[in-house]
Amino acid sequence: MIQAAIPFHPAIVSSAAAQALWLIPAVPIVASGLIALLRRPYRKIAATLAIGALSFSLLFSLLSFCYVLSGWAQNDPVREVVNFTWFQFGSTAVDLGWILDPLTAIMLAMVSFVSLLIFIYSLGYMAHDENFTRFFCFMSLFAGAMLGVVISNSLLLLFMCWEIVGLTSYLLIGFWYQRPAAAAAAKKAFLVTRVGDVFFLLGIVWLFSQTGTLLFYNYGTGSLEGTALAALVAQPAALGLSAAGAIGLLIFCGAAGKSGQLPLHVWLPDAMEGPTPVSALIHAATMVAAGVFLVARVYPLMQAGAQPGGTTVALTVIVWVGAATAVFAALIAIAQNDIKRILAYSTISQLGYMMAGLGMGGVAVGMFHLITHAFFKSLLFMGAGSVIHGCRDEQDIRRMGGLKVDMPLTFITYAIGMLALCGFPLLFSGFWSKDGILEAAHGWSISRAPFYLLLFGVLLTAFYMTRQVCYVFFGYWRGRQTAHESPKTMTLPLVILALFAMALGAIGTPAWPWFHAFLEDRAVVFDLRAMADPRLLALMTASSIVVIFGLMLGWRFYGDRSPKPEAPDALEKIAPTLWAGLRDRLYVDELYGATVVAFYNWWARVADWLDRCIWGGMVAAVAALFGLWARFSRFFDRAWIDGGFDKGCEELSTGGGLLSRVEGGRAQNYLRILAAGVVALVAILLWSVRP
Amino acid sequence: MLAWSIYISFAGALIVALLPTGKFALVRWFALAVAAVGLAIDVAGYAAGFAQGPRTLVDAAWIPAMGIHFLLVADGISRVLVLLTGIVAVAGVLFSWNVETRVNHFFAFYLALIGGVYGVFLSADFFLFFVFYEIAIVPKYFLIAIWGSTRREYGAMKLVLYSFVGSSMVLVGLLAAYTSSGSHSTTLVALAHAGLPASFQMWCFPLVFTGFAILAGMWPFHTWAPTGHVAAPTAASMLLAGVVMKLGAYGCLRVAIGLFPLGLAPWGFSIIGLGSWRDVFAWLAVIGIVYGALVALAQTDFKFVIGYSSVSHMGFVLLGLMTLNQIGVDGAVMQMFSHGVIAGLLFAIVGRMVYDRTHTRQLAELELMHLSRRLPFAAWAFVFAGVAAMGMPGFSGFVSELQILVGAWRVNPWWVAIAGIGIVISVAYIWRALQKAFFTDKLPTPEDHPKTGWHSLGAITWPEIAGTVLLGASTLAVGIYPRILLDQIEPAVKALLAGGAQ
Repeated sequence: MIQAAIPFHPAIVSSAAAQALWLIPAVPIVASGLIALLRRPYRKIAATLAIGALSFSLLFSLLSFCYVLSGWAQNDPVREVVNFTWFQFGSTAVDLGWILDPLTAIMLAMVSFVSLLIFIYSLGYMAHDENFTRFFCFMSLFAGAMLGVVISNSLLLLFMCWEIVGLTSYLLIGFWYQRPAAAAAAKKAFLVTRVGDVFFLLGIVWLFSQTGTLLFYNYGTGSLEGTALAALVAQPAALGLSAAGAIGLLIFCGAAGKSGQLPLHVWLPDAMEGPTPVSALIHAATMVAAGVFLVARVYPLMQAGAQPGGTTVALTVIVWVGAATAVFAALIAIAQNDIKRILAYSTISQLGYMMAGLGMGGVAVGMFHLITHAFFKSLLFMGAGSVIHGCRDEQDIRRMGGLKVDMPLTFITYAIGMLALCGFPLLFSGFWSKDGILEAAHGWSISRAPFYLLLFGVLLTAFYMTRQVCYVFFGYWRGRQTAHESPKTMTLPLVILALFAMALGAIGTPAWPWFHAFLEDRAVVFDLRAMADPRLLALMTASSIVVIFGLMLGWRFYGDRSPKPEAPDALEKIAPTLWAGLRDRLYVDELYGATVVAFYNWWARVADWLDRCIWGGMVAAVAALFGLWARFSRFFDRAWIDGGFDKGCEELSTGGGLLSRVEGGRAQNYLRILAAGVVALVAILLWSVRP
Repeated sequence: MLAWSIYISFAGALIVALLPTGKFALVRWFALAVAAVGLAIDVAGYAAGFAQGPRTLVDAAWIPAMGIHFLLVADGISRVLVLLTGIVAVAGVLFSWNVETRVNHFFAFYLALIGGVYGVFLSADFFLFFVFYEIAIVPKYFLIAIWGSTRREYGAMKLVLYSFVGSSMVLVGLLAAYTSSGSHSTTLVALAHAGLPASFQMWCFPLVFTGFAILAGMWPFHTWAPTGHVAAPTAASMLLAGVVMKLGAYGCLRVAIGLFPLGLAPWGFSIIGLGSWRDVFAWLAVIGIVYGALVALAQTDFKFVIGYSSVSHMGFVLLGLMTLNQIGVDGAVMQMFSHGVIAGLLFAIVGRMVYDRTHTRQLAELELMHLSRRLPFAAWAFVFAGVAAMGMPGFSGFVSELQILVGAWRVNPWWVAIAGIGIVISVAYIWRALQKAFFTDKLPTPEDHPKTGWHSLGAITWPEIAGTVLLGASTLAVGIYPRILLDQIEPAVKALLAGGAQ
């Protein structure tokens, strides 16, 4: 089922477009640096700089896209790399570089386009925030780093941009750091993704040690090219994995951290504490998709060693994790009441779909869902932002209602986004991209279970989105202040995105699989008969039925009812225990709190205690020992040495007394002694000279 | 030329001590000028040193009877560390701008310490090395004991005792090497070429290495570092973490590994998986990385957090040294520079910007002070430094740690796997401290409780900004363009690994 890795032969001479590709991320980063120097009141300059820089990037991205497109259309595929040495030690060089190929071109166009729309939207949304300039500084830095991730031709450069992306995500989640929840969420997001990143780093280190390069493609010597891959596959690691598989899994850990896959998904819902444009840009459309993009980028590694028609351990793990995440997050989304949290769980769930799609259907299947999702999910988030803005910072869906009258434009666009997300048949892009994944899952050689999981996920998606829309837009208003429609800077991007949410499906239908052909470098023909394939028709019908059933089920439960905010949920009345479990997010956070966090805290305290008591104690003991020794020495000195000295002195003085008695000054005594001395002397002499 | 940095520092120390007391501004500016001239010399010497091997600066017979030379040699490693010393020295003066007690003496001790450190990094004669090494220890004691804070006598004494125990081990080892080599010269080259027998190196290496590693904060001989750092005044803790710990690491590399390479060979048997001194010290380094990070996580005193982070980061240096391969040792030298700059900045923020204004370092009390709003510069500088400390790409720490990890992976992947835990925890303790010290807006607010510790905090002054910019720019420059350092480090390390001290 999985397509063979796309053969990749970079052109030796790279075009001017590829040479200048670095400008796309560099310009927003420079703009961010300039904005950082601005003081708070220079709001207009900040916004102009940020939006101007990003417009440049968008323009350039579109040009590059057209360039790649024309090459593809003329059957002269564009795959160009520009590499350079970052630093060197001995004969080994650490190279960085960037790449222009269809994958990059599509991502570039999507990221810069969505980012620009969200920047414009932010003009309205953040208009009253006192830290407007700081916001655009961080957003610009984010956009630059994200574009950097996209163009990297080196795992190292990708990782560097990846970390900066993570940092800006941290800074933006904690943008309103005065709220303790935001500060905590930011910390959590950074920490959890960093756990994944450390595995990623280990993978990088391992890959570098094995292949001696971190470039993806370098005219045959890159780490994703034949020679290196063959060596990696031949190298056994542990547990029956080849080095390629083990490295692939380590890299996937990094991707799972960023893309909120089980079990590292806990940070993403909390990340909704950030401003809504941030949620839309970073935590829906781009950054969280970076993990999926990463897997797509290193797909040859993930796939290395697979038999024709078979799969690898790494890909199998990706599929199971993705499918489990898709259902798990969708279940939790049912019982959330915060408008953004529902969308956050929905994002996690959809990222699971992308991962599963990559694992089962190859790069194009996963990437197509990534692109369509980026549009409709940012549409939904910005719609949610518009709702929040209109309801004056109310986020609880139970306190909304009836907004379809007050905010008609928001309602229509939101409904389009919602239908696209659910995968409503034919008209909406989500239908086609999700169908591609379901089709791949249906044909997966290992197991049919992911297919049923994903199909169940489709039902859940339709259900929770209907619930949300019913609460927010139908029924009657339950909030405190009246709602109002948002300004044009906010609604215009909604309209544009809504158009894309519908139209994008056209490029990936089975009849005209342009997207897949473009990524996989083959010709595309328009062929309506492909739609008539019985298996495909059956699958499409099945998924349509499931979607419509989910929508109807949701309407039946929540419909036009407008329950009181305090009233229990319709589902809660039926199954209170299940509801409580889902509402409390299946206790994953609590589990981590009770295990990992507690363990680290305990460990930290033990180490601290060790330091204070054992090592400190040892020092104290040594000090005490020396003190004791010193005291003993003092005693010894006093009692023995000094004692001996004193004794000696005493003896001397008594001896002196004796002598003084001898030397009494009496001449006869002297003479007596002298005589005795002479006698003794003579005696000795006689003794010594005797024969 | 680099030799002048030594002379100027000592001469400066002498003159500062003799300047009229009470003229604070004059003394400060003079000290800054001395440090800046030193830095200028370092930069010039450094720039001239590209594509240049080891270079003898001064060679004069000192005590001919024993073959002792006044021999100063600069190679790539020395030049990098001398440059680091220059940068930290200038920054240290800038962050000591508010010292007002016995200013003359403070800067005299300060400059003497700098001179000693310069001397250590440049001397190529073990006797001279040792003399400078001891010179560097003495002013530390006074700096801490006179101008320090929390338990300063205890901290100062602990530090000095540890230092002297370490240096006595080194002295014993070196004297043994000198006598048993039968050499008539005390230069490091002569000793390295004396052909010391393997059995001798086998016991002498651990002795000397441990002696130096004590000063580099090797676990479990690290406890002097946090208490010393905490007790020290800001500039002294910057120097302590920034350069003095590097003296130990430098000694480990230049003397222990350079003179006794055979001491690292396998023993031929193994105890609990340890088959050589290299294994032993590498594991101690790895334990230090994780352990230091963990203890940092449990601290309630802001400065202790940074103090323990130094233990963790110096673990990376020792791990890099024990890889004994080009990339790992390159990384270790680079990490010395990187940690010197970053730890300097962290201590400056905690000690100068925060403590000198708030007069508390307890995180629980800082939580109440809304520092992110009252000292925004300090808060964002700490974000910057903290991000650098946790090894974010774009900063020097990332490049150096990456090299160390790659080097270590080639020897034993488990070292890397466990050191990885340390990296995660480093994120946790930095963010924890950051959050608690700056970004927690707990009650009481100024309106509610005007009295509770809510005195006005002075504005951030220009020397602080200048120092922050200097240190920040250094770590950023190396992180973005690591060849600035690597082009010097690489040939020097290559030579050292190829044949001991050349």
